[in-house]
Amino acid sequence: MSMTERDVGDGEPGAVAWQEVHEGADFTELKRRLRVFVFPMTGLFLGWYLLYVLLADFAHGFMSTKVFGNINVGLILGLLQFVSTFVITGLYVRYANRRLDPIADRIRGEIEGESK
Amino acid sequence: MNVAQGVQGSNPVLNISIFAAFVVITLVIVFRASRNTKTASDYYAAGRAFTGPQNGVAIAGDYLSAASFLGIAGAIALNGYDGFLYSIGFLVAWLVALLLVAELLRNTGKFTMGDVLAFRMRQRPVRAAAATSTLAVSFFYLLAQMAGAGILVSLLLGISSGVGQAVVISVVGIVMIIYVLVGGMKGTTWVQIIKATLLIAGAFVMTIWVLGKYGFNLSSLLGGAVERAGSGGEALLNPGVKYGVSGTSKIDFLSLGIALVLGTAGLPHVLMRFYTVPTAKDARKSVVWAIGLIGVFYLFTLVLGYGAGALVGKDAIANAPGGENSAAPLLAQELGGPVLLGFIAAVAFATILAVVAGLTITASASFAHDVYANVIKKGKIDDPNAEVRVARITALVIGAVAIAGGILAKDQNVAFLVALAFAVAASANLPTLLYSLFWKRFNTAGALWSIYGGLTATIVLIVFSPAVSGTPKSMLKTVDFAWFPLQNPGLVSIPLSFLLGWLGTVLSKEHNQPKYAEMEVRSLTGAGSEKATPH
Repeated sequence: MSMTERDVGDGEPGAVAWQEVHEGADFTELKRRLRVFVFPMTGLFLGWYLLYVLLADFAHGFMSTKVFGNINVGLILGLLQFVSTFVITGLYVRYANRRLDPIADRIRGEIEGESK
Repeated sequence: MNVAQGVQGSNPVLNISIFAAFVVITLVIVFRASRNTKTASDYYAAGRAFTGPQNGVAIAGDYLSAASFLGIAGAIALNGYDGFLYSIGFLVAWLVALLLVAELLRNTGKFTMGDVLAFRMRQRPVRAAAATSTLAVSFFYLLAQMAGAGILVSLLLGISSGVGQAVVISVVGIVMIIYVLVGGMKGTTWVQIIKATLLIAGAFVMTIWVLGKYGFNLSSLLGGAVERAGSGGEALLNPGVKYGVSGTSKIDFLSLGIALVLGTAGLPHVLMRFYTVPTAKDARKSVVWAIGLIGVFYLFTLVLGYGAGALVGKDAIANAPGGENSAAPLLAQELGGPVLLGFIAAVAFATILAVVAGLTITASASFAHDVYANVIKKGKIDDPNAEVRVARITALVIGAVAIAGGILAKDQNVAFLVALAFAVAASANLPTLLYSLFWKRFNTAGALWSIYGGLTATIVLIVFSPAVSGTPKSMLKTVDFAWFPLQNPGLVSIPLSFLLGWLGTVLSKEHNQPKYAEMEVRSLTGAGSEKATPH
């Protein structure tokens, strides 16, 4: 049975010293790298989305300004939401492949190597 | 059976034949896929053997429901820019799933959202709560899809009698039950993949066709829609047609926007899909594929919506059976005659079928795994097949509920029911998931407060909103007990749930540091995570 099946708080010592790994330098660095990317990025895209929603909601005049032909500011900002979503996805994948996966793989290798 | 006039020029026999072909092909695939479905991991998570791209296509299949295909295209055709706003919320939401949820969930859990939420908590109360909110979200979403099926039936098959629609809804429900019972997660996933491919390909062909008529110039297409709409048509290009009417409707839209962007990463049937791949890295790849496909699809719907406005006309759409939802099918008919209409109609049915199957397997997994195995049997099941047996029986019950609900809810507004499901997911599930994955101090009391608090707040606010009573468009038109002014409760219920989760946590002394350390190491590294089963 896997660990998830047991009730919490039974204090049974697992095969893996999770606490030790948790306090280790490698893991601390992995956690820092993850949070330093995903938290600000989440703030950024949620803020940008909220700004867009508020503009579409309350700044009709501005959003209706024609830029060229029938294309107005609102449509351009809307399409930019698509662009930013694709760009942030790309940035995260690059960051995760380069900065997160190598450490995560190393720690996992150590843990699974020692418990088996 | 009373066969009334559906869409003018539509050929019900052709529509049914194309749909029947889809059902036959998918059933063959589901039966083939079922040969390897033996263990719980096979049934719930397809043996975790799908690749990232396959799962990404399947996620797009699960997510692009009839509401987003027919609903968004129709909303753009009738309300212009305000319809487009929906699709942006639905897309941006995927970044929450990508950055904060998908990989950590895959590494920590096994089959359900409850696995993650209960990891470092007291199992039974937290799993019971997780299953409650999973069943609530699935139920509202299921009703929305089945109500959509009713509308499609009258629109595309020309069946407007109550009995006729009930028969068709029952057939859809029974086929769906067969997918789930026989194919499990593997069969269901293949259905999603086939459906997503057909849906995106169909939308792509129509998009190119529409753009071709306007010299591949978006600006002239928009001009065409404005011209066709006549006086005041200019408003279609600007925000405000639907939500700019009053101060309340503007706040309502803000509330909806927040629920859409935060709801996706809390939808249980989306979360469960992350368990069907072997590693967190594959979960990441699947989200990337899903974002690409969903994003492109919503760009198609922008063209299709304005295209329907330009080529079919606002009045013709509004007066057609099914109203707003008929925009995409009518456009298909305008472009490619009865054959293209038949194809799009069949794809729309397939969409409902596939989404309902995905919801049913999620809800049944949550009941069997969280409630039966861990709450009732306290995690001690001797017969490993018992859990899957319970899941299959639950799927049967949910299928029956879906059929009955679909027959009763066929006059309800599809978009409203979907928004309700997103509101519950954003209020009850997402705050709890995020606290659980990122907040060290979080504990059982906090999880229970945020799940039950978010769920209760959402439902209470909806019940006392104008969506349920007091206006000519309400569910109950003749009585008025509405005191909450907004149709969408997210603006209040989501912050409230975060607040309750925090309050519940600080009022309780419980903290399981060893289990927290284990969960965090596992969630970030994938150590000890569930592996794929080789076949």
